[in-house]
Amino acid sequence: MSVIYLLIPISIVLAIGFFIAFIRAVKSGQYDDDYTPSVRMLFDDELIQSNVKKPKAESQENQ
Amino acid sequence: MDAQKCFHCGLDIVKLERIEFDTKDFCCNGCKTVYEIFSLNDMTCYYDFEKSPGATPLDIKGKYDFLDNESIVSKLLEFQEDATAIVSLNIPHIHCSSCIWILENLQRLQKGINSSQVNFPEKKVRITFNPKIVSLKTIVNLISSIGYEPYISLENYETKKSTIDRSLTYKLGVAFFCFGNIMLLSFPEYFEVSEYWLDHYRGFFRWLIFALSVPSFFYSASGYYVSAYKSIKSGMLNIDIPIALGIVIFFIRSTFDIVMNYGSGFFDSLTGLIFFMLLGKMFQIKTYSFLSFERDFKSYFPIAITKINSNNSEESVPIYDIQKGDRLVIRNQELIPVDGILISEKTEIDYSFVTGEAIPITKKSGDKVFAGGKQMGKIIEMEVLQSVSQSYLTQLWSNAIFQKNVEQHHKTITDKISRYFTPILLLIAFAGFGYWIFIDANIAFNVFTAVLIVACPCALALTAPFTFGNVLRILGKQKFYLKNAIVIEQLAKVDTIVFDKTGTITTNKKSNITYEGKPLSEENCIAIKNVLRASNHPLSRMLYDFLLEANRLNVMDYEEIVGKGIQAKIDGDFIQIGSASFLGKLEENSIQQTAVHIMINEVYLGKYIFNNQYREGLVSLFNNLKANYQIKILSGDNEGERSTLEAMLPKGVELIFNQKPEQKLEFIKKLQEEGKNVMMVGDGLNDAGALAQSNVGVSISENVNVFSPACDAILDASEFEKLGYFLRLSKKSISVIKMSFALSLLYNVVGLSFAITGNLSPIIAAIIMPLSTVTIVSFVTLMSNFYSKKLKFKNF
Repeated sequence: MSVIYLLIPISIVLAIGFFIAFIRAVKSGQYDDDYTPSVRMLFDDELIQSNVKKPKAESQENQ
Repeated sequence: MDAQKCFHCGLDIVKLERIEFDTKDFCCNGCKTVYEIFSLNDMTCYYDFEKSPGATPLDIKGKYDFLDNESIVSKLLEFQEDATAIVSLNIPHIHCSSCIWILENLQRLQKGINSSQVNFPEKKVRITFNPKIVSLKTIVNLISSIGYEPYISLENYETKKSTIDRSLTYKLGVAFFCFGNIMLLSFPEYFEVSEYWLDHYRGFFRWLIFALSVPSFFYSASGYYVSAYKSIKSGMLNIDIPIALGIVIFFIRSTFDIVMNYGSGFFDSLTGLIFFMLLGKMFQIKTYSFLSFERDFKSYFPIAITKINSNNSEESVPIYDIQKGDRLVIRNQELIPVDGILISEKTEIDYSFVTGEAIPITKKSGDKVFAGGKQMGKIIEMEVLQSVSQSYLTQLWSNAIFQKNVEQHHKTITDKISRYFTPILLLIAFAGFGYWIFIDANIAFNVFTAVLIVACPCALALTAPFTFGNVLRILGKQKFYLKNAIVIEQLAKVDTIVFDKTGTITTNKKSNITYEGKPLSEENCIAIKNVLRASNHPLSRMLYDFLLEANRLNVMDYEEIVGKGIQAKIDGDFIQIGSASFLGKLEENSIQQTAVHIMINEVYLGKYIFNNQYREGLVSLFNNLKANYQIKILSGDNEGERSTLEAMLPKGVELIFNQKPEQKLEFIKKLQEEGKNVMMVGDGLNDAGALAQSNVGVSISENVNVFSPACDAILDASEFEKLGYFLRLSKKSISVIKMSFALSLLYNVVGLSFAITGNLSPIIAAIIMPLSTVTIVSFVTLMSNFYSKKLKFKNF
């Protein structure tokens, strides 16, 4: 049963791994804006579709 | 045709000629142009996400010329290097998913933009671009031309990038990590049976638990130690003292238990407590990041202004560089940043930002013009008398009330209760210790710590954050945005309400117009409407909206005389509309009212009088409030409306007129010195001082995204009549807290009876703690929801 000395630390290490991932996510600002990304992810299809069409990126408004 | 809506912006199409493109109808050429831009760039899916999401682009010619000035641009940029620059622009129009989509695809409209990212809650877009290919001015002009005009004010000029405080998120993460793992590892101990396996590994589990609790104890809970230390130092007993004391005792006793091998300690309850309390804190911090509660004049003022140099060349300069004696050019719709003297012949200035008064004032050459006014006429020149910081309006901010960082100068309800709670708790702990010390010193020590642990005001500390957090959300949904949770308590204490008049109890949007004079024929009305159509003067617009729909006639010889009126010929009739002096009726000027006079073919017919339009529900609101509050009206205007108000409002409402901004502030101060808790409801910058001085400053706003002076709460103007409901709800939320305090005291009695008899085992602690937390949190949430519904039915 002394394998418990190995298993528990492994589980703790695993948990710490997730914890570090969380810290990094906070640090990179993922928790600052919790609304826009949820909308943004719905656009992706649109983007690919129109990129295929190759938009003529010319500036329209030059004053 | 009238029923048709513009494909771009969704407004009714009123113009006679049809504006069409791609078989879609538009209300104006501006909207059509935006659609053209999008369709040329294959970006019409803008219209797929939301129906008619756009805004009509306004004419911005020359408005952003100051962005040619390098030093101004560099102040605005967040980051700047050779080929990369980052700017964050505040765009009030952001309101739907289409907005996000178009603003995140700017790179397809303009070369040189690398990427752009929208922050929807803050209504901001962050654009990364290459300054070598595209200038900031081009970008600003581009997004303005598609209807997303950014809001650039003096505030942007000064504030450096603010760092976001994420420490609470970290603390919460750490607390949850520790709590979760400790709970798992504690499980074997809950079923305390003498088994070989359990006995064998007990030490290992316990020390692991101890190790896991250390970050939670030292890092996550650190805020409570700091706060407790501060409150002891300042001699005030707040709730954080028993919390900090409880946590520390918890930790020491549990460590002691492990070291001496007495038991497993209470680390599970300890970390659970820390986690739930931080969660409560998080719940309470509901921010409306798109609103600013700290606005001063800086967010109203432009960043730069056009100056005329001695050699007659024009130059954009930052407004802080303006000095006395400079000559400035103010264009139509621009804000006057400093006090000065008008050089140009004549203009109209709209002081609605400052006074809330919607009708512009005419100024002649040589007149003094004050900072904060919006120039409504043709382009003017003025000479500067005072620099920005010394101008009449901005001096208000040098008042002491804006200087000190308003510390919490009142005790919160939790603090008040903890003032009794803490001494009683200590008394019980010592009494228990004193009793047991004669029987068994060991038990005495256990009882002493157990009392402090179990009574650790977990439930008490959770009550207020969860109640207020919930009420904050309920109010926010009804467009009453509070700065923070403390404002709810303040609201409940209010006994005197002071209203500003113009813009607060009256609405700027529509005026109540009456006609006085010889009766007008139908043809006359149609003719007047047609003449008004061309004028942009606010009074003309109001009168135009007031008159019935009419056919379009041919208007000849139209002329607008700034500050006087308009004239034109229709079917040979010569129509003049304007001020009394314009029509040569000088004696009329003395009457204190706003009126537009009509003359046709040199025959004076009569005048349209613009009365203040009071907000809907004003009388019933005042009647409701009157029973429980003292109501006063404080106005910067003259006494012209006194009799109307007296007749309309319930008796006992005090009316005070002719108040300058400083006098308003003093008035509030005087009330407070009489021991009143004052709520000030105002709108314009002229109320800013009074709003800051009052216990609760509520700013009424027609459009919550823009323009509201510094305050504690922002109320959407459409919800004005609900003010009484909001006040009642805040009172109820305090009683919810009191009820829940009673409930948590009950828990404490149960817990203490275990503790004082020396029977507090870890398993009992592990049951009582989460149970009390869960019941308290669900109780306050349910009760505050219940009251918000119940009061609403009563009101409507």
